[in-house]
Amino acid sequence: MKHFFGFVRKEFHHIFRDRRTLIILFGIPVAQMLLFGYIVTTEVKDARIAILDHSKDEITRKIVDKLSSSGYFIIAQHLTNEQEIGECFRKGTVKEVVVFEQGFAQKLQKEKTAPVHLIADASDANSANLVVNYTAGIINDFVVKENTSTLIPMQIVTEPRMLYNPELKGVYMFVPGTMAMILVLICALLTSVSIVREKELGTMEVLLVSPLKPLQIVLGKVTPYIFLSFVNVITILLLSNFVFGLPVRGSITLLLAESFLFISLALSIGILISSSTSSQQMAMVASMLGLMLPSILLSGFIFPIDNMPGWIQWICYINPTTYFIIILKNIMLKGLGFISVWKETAILAGMTLFLLMVSTKKFKVRLGGK
Amino acid sequence: MMLPVIFVFPLLQLLILVNAANMEMKHIKICIVDNDLSSSSRLITGKFSNSKFFTLQCHTFNMEDARRQLENDRADIVLHIPAGFERGLIRENKAKVQLLINAINGTVAGISNAYAAQILAGANREIIMQWYGIPKTQAASAAINIIPAFWYNPDMNYKIFMVPAILVLLVTLIGMMLATLNIVREKEMGNIEQINVTPIRKIHFITGKLLPFWIIALVMLAIGLLIGKLLYDIPMVGSLPLLFVVAGIYLLAMLGFGLMISNTAATQQQAMFVMFFFILIFIMMSGIFTPTDSMPHWAQTINYLNPVAYFMRIIRMILLKGSGFADIYRDFLILLGYGITVIIFAVIRYRKVS
Repeated sequence: MKHFFGFVRKEFHHIFRDRRTLIILFGIPVAQMLLFGYIVTTEVKDARIAILDHSKDEITRKIVDKLSSSGYFIIAQHLTNEQEIGECFRKGTVKEVVVFEQGFAQKLQKEKTAPVHLIADASDANSANLVVNYTAGIINDFVVKENTSTLIPMQIVTEPRMLYNPELKGVYMFVPGTMAMILVLICALLTSVSIVREKELGTMEVLLVSPLKPLQIVLGKVTPYIFLSFVNVITILLLSNFVFGLPVRGSITLLLAESFLFISLALSIGILISSSTSSQQMAMVASMLGLMLPSILLSGFIFPIDNMPGWIQWICYINPTTYFIIILKNIMLKGLGFISVWKETAILAGMTLFLLMVSTKKFKVRLGGK
Repeated sequence: MMLPVIFVFPLLQLLILVNAANMEMKHIKICIVDNDLSSSSRLITGKFSNSKFFTLQCHTFNMEDARRQLENDRADIVLHIPAGFERGLIRENKAKVQLLINAINGTVAGISNAYAAQILAGANREIIMQWYGIPKTQAASAAINIIPAFWYNPDMNYKIFMVPAILVLLVTLIGMMLATLNIVREKEMGNIEQINVTPIRKIHFITGKLLPFWIIALVMLAIGLLIGKLLYDIPMVGSLPLLFVVAGIYLLAMLGFGLMISNTAATQQQAMFVMFFFILIFIMMSGIFTPTDSMPHWAQTINYLNPVAYFMRIIRMILLKGSGFADIYRDFLILLGYGITVIIFAVIRYRKVS
């Protein structure tokens, strides 16, 4: 046991000596939370649009005023002919052009209806959709306000209630995902690299002839990372609480227990990667492309799983991060108890057991070969 | 061993990620609690189940039941039509329905809400028609007829938007990863001393190191474009040679950046982490998923220093909109200046003594 603790201490020294990695390890969750909290938003704000007004009458001017004072749009350009639409789209200076035909106000008065063309640069389909919807909303609103005299009969009033996240903050979505990502990063990537490193540099043999058992070597390698992971989990929780005002609504003990389960899972993946690769580069590429990207993109972190085609949904359901994110959302954001997440917990536990078995077996086989 | 990884992984990513990175909202799962059971409430239910945006997940009388569906993620939205809805509509000219939306993903919640409101408004018009026979609202007041047009992507296909982004991601990740891990690997292995004692000049050494990665990354871009064309039929409106020239300059900046990290790092692990940190921020801020102009002002200012943002913008402009050199020359020049500066810096910073 004394040997073991000595080994763990050595590993801690290794980690703490590498200041740069350490700073980045704690910098990543902070940077990511700030990125997602403040920068990455899909809402329409200050979208640059252009106006092509062939009519230039009182009503079109009112509508343009409405648009520019709404806070959603900046009128970046006034165009004079149709050619310029394609030009400014190709330069990427505006996202949408609002076109009024000649004699707009007269038409509206005589025929009771007049067309407005909203031409959107749909190379970004999503924001084109949003921008057009917002513009249409503002114009419709204008029409209703102009016609207050007429009473609308049989009106259905919709009362939307946004549950769990009434202000629609982006951070709510990203805290669980960031936590899962950072745990994968530390546990799977760092662990696998640190074990392969010993192999690559030839120091593994030194460890193997020491009185430590293989299991102790592995345990000693992973212990510091478990510690680091927990520090990071707590940093993220504190940050989300104090900076973004996102409290943990469920039980914190349960949350930490589930995190521990996920950490063990990620560690066993890390060990598995390390025993099947021979160079640090390979281990890094494998964990980056094989683990990091899927855990960001195929886990419901950013993109809803329901939108994906069937065969990709299957991959998502093999991906452990998916379950961890569901668990985190249920406990943190919805404030639900263990009963709501027992199924996901069971799946994670099963995966962990399986991976631990495979990885310890693989590790021993490799040692036997030496 | 490394070569298949370099080529196979990206292709897999292109296959999987493009399909996965989908923000099109379809199949929003709705649960309708109908306590009214009138012809109007049935009409609303019918409207929702016929919509391509919504999937009618359950139809119940019990609010508790619906809430549980929401908690378990079996439903995204609950529409509650209270008892006496139709009566209120007729007698008081006004009746309420309630929408409960799972808003953990704020964006999706916002879009779902907008779609639901659209459908309800449509249903409302039909109900009025049924009772009055004519579209009374339209007849009474003037209406502006809004005609939207979506250029470059009339089907609103999200993949067209994502393929160029995934290409940027792959070229960047692979190119930078190889460059970053390169010198530091030699350092860690102890080979660097042997190179340092040779008479090779710094500039030759750096160029020699960079050139293979530069070529690999460009080849990957070509393969990626081919796959994009074959699988997703992404448009290539603009000039491909121009795209490759831009990509070459962009890679100069990114690879040089990678080399600089490699140069200052002590271990591969450290280099990897420093790179990952910057890549993560660069890519997230580049507008890969979200428009850059809705970011706060200070973030947009920082973005002037982000080479990924330039390339992300340019590749979409060239491929999707057919922008020519005249349209992108400012970004192009900035990127060129960036690339040259970074390379010069990398050469200066490289010291033959450790």
